[in-house]
Amino acid sequence: MMILAIVLIPALAGLTSFVTRSNYARRTLLIAAAIVHSVFTATMWFWSPDPIMDGWLQLDALGLVFLSVVSCLFLAAAIYAVSYLNREQSGVRPDFEESVLFVNEPEAIFVGCLLLFLSMMSLVTLSHNFGLMWVAVEATTLSSAPLIYFHRHHRSLEATWKYLMICSVGIALALLGTFFLAYAASGNQATEVPLVLGELIANSLSLQIPWLKVAFLFMLVGYGTKMGLATLHSWLPDSHSEAPSVVSALLSGALLNCAFLGILRMTQVLDAAGSGDFARSLLLVFGLLSVIFATVFIIGQLDYKRMLAYSSIEHMGIMAVGVGLGGIGSFGAMLHAVNHSLTKGMMFLVAGNILTRYRTKSTKLITGVLSDLPKSGVLWIAGLFAITGTPPFGLFQSELVIFRAALDSGQILVAVIILIALGIIFVGMSCIVLNMVFGSARTQAGGLIFKESLASVIPPAVLCAGVVVLGVYIPSALYELLLEAAKLLGGR
Amino acid sequence: MRSNLSSMVHFLLALIVAPLLPGIINRTKALMAGRNGQPLLQAYFDIFKLIRKGAVYSRTTSWLFRAGPMVNLATIIVGLLLVPFAGSPALLAFDGDLILLVYALGLARFFIVLAALDTGSSFEGMGASREVTFALMVEPALLVGLFALSRLSQSMSLSGILYTSGVTGWSVGAPALVAGALFVLYLAENSRIPVDDPNTHLELTMIHEVMVLDHSGPDFAFIQYGGALKLWLFGALFIGVASPNITDASIWMREGFAIGGIALLSIAVGVVESSMARLRLLKVPQLLVGAGALSVLAAILVLG
Amino acid sequence: MNDLISAIVVLIVITNFLLLGAGWLRASIRIVALQGFALGLLPLLVNQDGLTVRLAIIATLVITLKGIVFPRLLLRSLRELSSVRAITYYVGPMPSLLIGILVMSSSLWWGYVLPLPDQTGHRFAIPMVFFTIVTGLFLIVARRQALMQIIGYLTLENGIYAVGVFFAQSESMLIEIGILLDVFVGVFIMGIMVFHISREFDNIETGQLRTLRDWIKSRKELPSKDPQA
Repeated sequence: MMILAIVLIPALAGLTSFVTRSNYARRTLLIAAAIVHSVFTATMWFWSPDPIMDGWLQLDALGLVFLSVVSCLFLAAAIYAVSYLNREQSGVRPDFEESVLFVNEPEAIFVGCLLLFLSMMSLVTLSHNFGLMWVAVEATTLSSAPLIYFHRHHRSLEATWKYLMICSVGIALALLGTFFLAYAASGNQATEVPLVLGELIANSLSLQIPWLKVAFLFMLVGYGTKMGLATLHSWLPDSHSEAPSVVSALLSGALLNCAFLGILRMTQVLDAAGSGDFARSLLLVFGLLSVIFATVFIIGQLDYKRMLAYSSIEHMGIMAVGVGLGGIGSFGAMLHAVNHSLTKGMMFLVAGNILTRYRTKSTKLITGVLSDLPKSGVLWIAGLFAITGTPPFGLFQSELVIFRAALDSGQILVAVIILIALGIIFVGMSCIVLNMVFGSARTQAGGLIFKESLASVIPPAVLCAGVVVLGVYIPSALYELLLEAAKLLGGR
Repeated sequence: MRSNLSSMVHFLLALIVAPLLPGIINRTKALMAGRNGQPLLQAYFDIFKLIRKGAVYSRTTSWLFRAGPMVNLATIIVGLLLVPFAGSPALLAFDGDLILLVYALGLARFFIVLAALDTGSSFEGMGASREVTFALMVEPALLVGLFALSRLSQSMSLSGILYTSGVTGWSVGAPALVAGALFVLYLAENSRIPVDDPNTHLELTMIHEVMVLDHSGPDFAFIQYGGALKLWLFGALFIGVASPNITDASIWMREGFAIGGIALLSIAVGVVESSMARLRLLKVPQLLVGAGALSVLAAILVLG
Repeated sequence: MNDLISAIVVLIVITNFLLLGAGWLRASIRIVALQGFALGLLPLLVNQDGLTVRLAIIATLVITLKGIVFPRLLLRSLRELSSVRAITYYVGPMPSLLIGILVMSSSLWWGYVLPLPDQTGHRFAIPMVFFTIVTGLFLIVARRQALMQIIGYLTLENGIYAVGVFFAQSESMLIEIGILLDVFVGVFIMGIMVFHISREFDNIETGQLRTLRDWIKSRKELPSKDPQA
């Protein structure tokens, strides 16, 4: 019952906000749905609900980790979104980069799609049937496409089209993988194993291994496209830089995780069937490729939102490497997922503040954020150190665990590559961010006088505080949950 | 495969009746346009008229120009010797004769092209280059299709392939696909619309007509007669591919089916010519490659 | 029954070739509709248990969606576009056809090599379905216009649906309806996007969607002026 509520309440709220006329009512609906969702998720920590629909929808530790991250991030984003929507002017106005005229998307579509997006992401974390999970992941693509196209000009149109096309093709390949999985499970035999995770693991001996491997390959490519693994990531920088910052935060922090969950579920099945090493080696390769690609493209990046997007690709790569290493690497990957989502969410929200104030996405033209927007400036610097893995922030802990896992399993080359990449990224991002933050403030004649309202500073501040806390001390409940999730992935 | 009396009769029938086919096609086109049109036997009249005339030879031409039409006619007659009709084997049937057929047709085309180039005129050269480009795509399609059918009927001779296995019922097998490809190749080889317009007066739009523009008198008669024989040859091929196994039927059934089939095919070509315009020159290779794809698909069906 | 299945698979292969060599947008939309229609008939024929209510519902849904609804959506989209009729290519129709023949032959070879499910009657159906999938991917990559990319996506989905029919015959109805719904909403949103693209750029060439990229060639391309209000 609780599970259905978590999925249905945001969906119903989203559908209602499509038809609601008043902006005020819509925004209240948004915040109310976010709060209800968070409350329900929080109760699930203490009282885990029963599986429903023959085990199609059930909550396990892995799902709860990702669900909590989604819920927390969405709450912060929702509060920020209300102040963002307040600031947005309506009607035709010139774009700040090229002075083309554009309008905004109707707010009804924006808020409605946001809520549907939340609902579908929750469905991904809760579904244990691979077919249902596929439907939910495709639905997240479809519900987030209008979100990217909020400012209706040609750049966001280009970003939306690339996103829609590349992710739809990728997810279609994942559907092919799902069909192969179904064949591996019940192809020629008398008894049919349904595509439910529990059943597949229980009947793991009767799965046909070659088809299982092919299914994993297709699902890795398909869901990996959505996750932003390298060579399949070309949509990511464009859509994360052109979307409104709220949406970028949700995409980076929540959606990429949900896509990763799809791959993780398949890894669980492969583990049970004895081919876990095949899955892990593929994840390792893709993860390293992602880290290398991100490193190359972050250096000298001229657009700070694109820089954050490439940083997301890098961290997704690190998470894939963590799972690929096995052992305590799985625990590291889970911890990294939590830390990265909170950090990246915070950074995108702060980037939104900077964008509103300076009206440019260029890293060369902005200086003196610290003196102009003191609170955002502090958060921006904190975010830099957080995202590059400096103590006392949480990402340091998780990267340390993954590094240890690499050394434990003897993959010295992997550890060296990641270390070098992290170093280069630290230098590259510091150059960019420190240039932006320090220096004298540029006075913009006629620029937007932007006083940092509470709603635009408190959400990122809270997220940052969370990351700091996690860097110093992991609450035991969270620790237990992450450990359990890691165990599901065959780790420690 | 032993040939018998009916093979000789069929060969003579082809030689005598072939010029009727252009007549049928033209009559159909005229009737569809609302005119009465030429007499059915017009092609005979034309050929006789041309034979009695004298020929004019340009001073820039050599022996090739005089040899072209003769070799053309001779090779087409050789091809006729290889193609069976109405279920009885051809006069000259042996294993692998389908390759000889394709190469004989190729030789005919080669000599026509040489004679055209021999005149030294740029119009003939243009027609020659177009013709050879299309031939590039026609011959593989023809060969692959015939090979597919030969694999299907387990025979390497045309007399064993044709008229033995064809379209039966709903099965869209290799024969139906090769028949489809052959129809397109029929139109291409005989210079019909949509590949080439036989009635055009503008040299820039001609392909086959312009190659034979300078021949006159008996040479031109040979070319016209060769064209009619080619219509019959390809018609027999098409009917042979599309027909079910009729080698055991009664003689009236077989002859009626085959002759009626060729007549119907000519009428169909006339209808196609009246209802379409010639394709743009850039699109013709796509059509021919599409026909080739059908042949390859038929081959895959047979091999798989 | 096997003959009919072979006939349908041959029809699907012919539609693939037609799509590769097509010159007009309208024709392509109709061809992909024919392909979807033919595919909708497949579940009724392949399943060994005979006709059940579930199969009938799914088949009707698929035929309606892929044969009627999608073409109407796309044709309506096409009508709104100003004067686009002909297809523009990155890889022309002739090379596309030749590549199609190559892919068809090699997918048959793959069909021999891989251990495919046992089907005695229609052994070449699965390689030809893979050919459809590769045709869809090729159309997405090799055609300039956004509408042709949607048609390529539809072909890809057709192929994957056919794989589902031949491989996974025991999917529950809810999932199949969910998949169809997803594809429907996807095509719907893509149609809206194409409309926006055509309004924004006055044509639907995706080659002009190139403003967002990383390596900026010269310093001149940087936004150098101060942003104005």
